[in-house]
Amino acid sequence: MTPARRRRLGVLLALVVLAAVAAGLLGYALRSNINLFFSPSQVAAGEAPVGRQIRAGGMVETGSVARDADSLAVTFTVTDFQASLEVAYQGILPDLFREGQGVVVVGRLADDGVLQADQVLAKHDENYMPPEVADALAAAGKSPADYRRTE
Amino acid sequence: MLLPFIPEVGHFALILALMMALIQAVVPLAGAATRRPLWMAYARPMALGQFAFLLVAFASLMASFLFDDFSVAYVANNANSQLPWYYKATAVWGSHEGSMLLWCLMLAGWGCAVAGLSRRLPAALMARVLGVMGLVGSGFLLFVLLTSNPFTRLLPNVPGEGADLNPLLQDVGLIIHPPMLYMGYVGFSVVFAFAIAALLEGRIDAAWTRWARPWTNVAWAFLTVGIALGSWWAYYELGWGGWWFWDPVENASLLPWLAGTALLHSLAVTEKRGSFKSWTVLLAIFTFSLSLLGTFLVRSGVLTSVHAFANDPTRGAFILILLGLTVGGALTLFALRAPRVSQAVTFGWLSRDALLLVNNILLVVMTVTVLLGTLYPLILDALGLGKVSVGPPYFNALFVPLTALLCLFMGLGPVARWKRMPARELWRRLAGAALGAVVLAALAPLVYHGRWNPGVSLGLLLALWLVLSLARDLFDKLRHARSPGAGLRRLAPAYWGMQLGHLGLAVTIVGVTVVSNYNVERNVRMAVGDRVQLAGYTFALRSLDKRRGPNFVADVATLDVSRDGERRFTLHPEKRLYLARRMPMTDVALRPGLLRDLYVAMGEDLGDGAWALRIQYKPFVRWLWLGAALMAAGGVLAVADRRYRRGRGAQRCNDEVVTS
Repeated sequence: MTPARRRRLGVLLALVVLAAVAAGLLGYALRSNINLFFSPSQVAAGEAPVGRQIRAGGMVETGSVARDADSLAVTFTVTDFQASLEVAYQGILPDLFREGQGVVVVGRLADDGVLQADQVLAKHDENYMPPEVADALAAAGKSPADYRRTE
Repeated sequence: MLLPFIPEVGHFALILALMMALIQAVVPLAGAATRRPLWMAYARPMALGQFAFLLVAFASLMASFLFDDFSVAYVANNANSQLPWYYKATAVWGSHEGSMLLWCLMLAGWGCAVAGLSRRLPAALMARVLGVMGLVGSGFLLFVLLTSNPFTRLLPNVPGEGADLNPLLQDVGLIIHPPMLYMGYVGFSVVFAFAIAALLEGRIDAAWTRWARPWTNVAWAFLTVGIALGSWWAYYELGWGGWWFWDPVENASLLPWLAGTALLHSLAVTEKRGSFKSWTVLLAIFTFSLSLLGTFLVRSGVLTSVHAFANDPTRGAFILILLGLTVGGALTLFALRAPRVSQAVTFGWLSRDALLLVNNILLVVMTVTVLLGTLYPLILDALGLGKVSVGPPYFNALFVPLTALLCLFMGLGPVARWKRMPARELWRRLAGAALGAVVLAALAPLVYHGRWNPGVSLGLLLALWLVLSLARDLFDKLRHARSPGAGLRRLAPAYWGMQLGHLGLAVTIVGVTVVSNYNVERNVRMAVGDRVQLAGYTFALRSLDKRRGPNFVADVATLDVSRDGERRFTLHPEKRLYLARRMPMTDVALRPGLLRDLYVAMGEDLGDGAWALRIQYKPFVRWLWLGAALMAAGGVLAVADRRYRRGRGAQRCNDEVVTS
């Protein structure tokens, strides 16, 4: 092997090792920072982990939004028409948050089965349904359009 | 009399533009391959014609909006007779079809600019560059005509009123954000075309880089401004004071920016040293591919965001095929031809070449990081492995250390010499800057906020290191001149562009660091007469009123703000209800300043005359966008350099390079 070739091989090996380390770190960072989505039925069935950050979503049940009288605490339930999930949130809800609207909630499930939300997401278009929610509803045999018609 | 047919005029113009793009794609490329000057000469007139007809199509669509022609489906879905005229005009790019038309118009515009401004380009190179741009243009025009025609009519059931423009988009930030962003995205098609042309010719010389570099700089500057405007718009329009969310759509614009930044630097090495040639070509291909990927992500509806208008699967499939053809074709050509253009140039492990190589590797790693975080949920979903989202912690955990590393090398790069730089000399020149940065960064949080803060110190350390090493380099350059004035005059615009661009990054880093660490936010329940203290300011709710705008009704709060009992001013946040869509919107009240913003947004009506208000104190937040503006200015300034100028100057430069 000529010195030039040996040097090139060294560089190549170094690159491969570096790339492997980088890929490993990326995978690790990704693994610890992804949030899985669960529908209310899945939560009710006990599939969602307790105490870990998850995403959940469904339609906000009509008449379920309750505001605390002198703070910004609020509770509401989201449903996929099979099961309901109670959500507690502290803060300002997004503009498009309404009863009968699809929302996605990011938070941790407490031991009592209430989802303590850090973030409530309602999208910027009233015709818009978060795809996870639409799928969850479809899995429960409902289409968002049905729901809107009954409104 | 012609009025009712405006959409048809636009439609025909669009079809003619497609025909011209097809000719521009086929004939000049065939001419260049078979060395027929007449065929090659087709390139320029076709580029001009395509642009002219697209301009007609675009003007027709705008006219349909201005005349409230609700028989056009796109107009009916995105406008309303009560919309102010300026929003009618800009609603043209308020949704999918129109923004794709704008995309095509800009692509043709860039082609036209190449045809007009690079007259001295060798005929074969010109034919190939414009031919490749014609290919890209044909693809996108076909896409518009086949899957997203903005001129489709709703006949005979013409709606009496339009559905209105999405209220979030009724804003000055949105008038300019998409065009800027598209100018950047599409602008990278020029350097892509140059890269493909170089591969076809099998040759890259210093002249080629000098032709390709200014176009890259300008496209990059547009993209920088576009991204900054998007961030600024999200900050004041979405009503919760965030300026970067690691939203997939934001990432889609950041990806070509990162790759484009690497490309800018790689082009510099190729021009000065004749090395990195195949790498530069590869980066050019990647940058434009990432622009296309961004378009695919945003337009196909696979992402969920403000920007994802359309959920029509044929559109996604079409763009994916277009993307596959472009990337596949370009990479195949690269694999076949790259060995021909590459050239071995040696350099030491400590030299500007090596430092720029490190810069490129880091930028590519950052690009891959963001790409992975953006695509991972999509891939899992497509494979049926569950629905996940990748949160900001992932991006922050990887992006922040990589940026820190990048800044470390950025400080060394401009001071180091090409080819070889003794470590001792580098240290001698930069030790002062390093020491100064460490001391100042450690003390700054103490002075500014009264407490140590390692996070802030680290951010400031990076920014100061950049600024001080730039200053040191400038000082060294001037020291050897007869007088400082003479020294300043000797420095080229390209050098100032570099200084400005790097300074811009430092400014942005200061903004990010300070606002992330010292931001104060309170969500409060307020009734008339209530007072809230925040960061030394007192906010008192004076009154709650109602007001009627052109197409909305609004609740308006009036807050008196005071500091130490003096310097009073009032803020008027609003909660609007846009009537056509029954859509609520938060209109933020801002008190901007160079060192801090005060930010008040109305949350929701809590009943009993009380409102939830979001009050924020955001120090140095303007520096984020100021830095981006400086970077863009640097990119443009570098284009003003003498060696890129046309005519005699350029010719003389060519000779210089040949003889040196």
